[in-house]
Amino acid sequence: MEKTKAKSLPLSKRGLNFEMLMWIFTRLSALAMYALILFAILGALVMGARYQMNMADIMRWGFMPNSPHVVNTDVPDIAPWMTPFWKLTAIALLLVAVAHGIHGLVVVADDYIVSHRGRQIVRVISILLVLLFFLTGAYVIWTA
Amino acid sequence: MALKRQVGLKQGLRYKGGGPMLVWVLHRISGIGIALFVGLHILASLTSQLYGWEIAKSINILYESSVFQMVVFFCALFHAINGLRITILDLWPKLIEHQREAIWVEWAVFIPLFSLAVVVIVTTAGG
Repeated sequence: MEKTKAKSLPLSKRGLNFEMLMWIFTRLSALAMYALILFAILGALVMGARYQMNMADIMRWGFMPNSPHVVNTDVPDIAPWMTPFWKLTAIALLLVAVAHGIHGLVVVADDYIVSHRGRQIVRVISILLVLLFFLTGAYVIWTA
Repeated sequence: MALKRQVGLKQGLRYKGGGPMLVWVLHRISGIGIALFVGLHILASLTSQLYGWEIAKSINILYESSVFQMVVFFCALFHAINGLRITILDLWPKLIEHQREAIWVEWAVFIPLFSLAVVVIVTTAGG
């Protein structure tokens, strides 16, 4: 294969803009979500979820260790899930996941909406959606 | 910003992107699927918690069905494993030379894990 010269700028000349920061955020938030989901599943096992687990339960605990997710399961005691520590853990996962997900939708939309005006509208809607889902989700978790 | 796409849907479907294009499409579809599911789930939980709406409760009960579990788990697991591949290749750019092998590794991890999950879902899910 023929070697071609790299056309990209060196890192020092590229500078940082918002899209670049969001690009790195997508990768780092993915790593954060792996860690939080692993932590949530381990926490669920410690808090008594070891018996009679099925796939839906594992997904519930993995993605959001909050008390409404426990009520439907065979775990008798939901008190350990009600502590501020686990609520804050769930809210942290929610915040990272909402930002990652809505940014992903913006990236998808950018492939089909190419006008400057359209992309601005997409960004305004995305900010509103982040606020909507983060605030309602945090409310659901905190008051559950 | 004046991008023009001259490719229609039929031509797009005939494009032979192979393995990398397949995982790109699946990553996109599974990402949209997760966003729809999580968004609907948050709003349904809010309305059932605040107002006790029956429709919100029935939406949340829908998630118990085995088909729904399989779809959600496919989206979540595929997005997670493919995302890990992307993250590793992007954070260590020298590995991009081996991206086709990375996709084979990805399937070798995904297929056994998802098959196991399907067995667990079929044997334990209620409906």
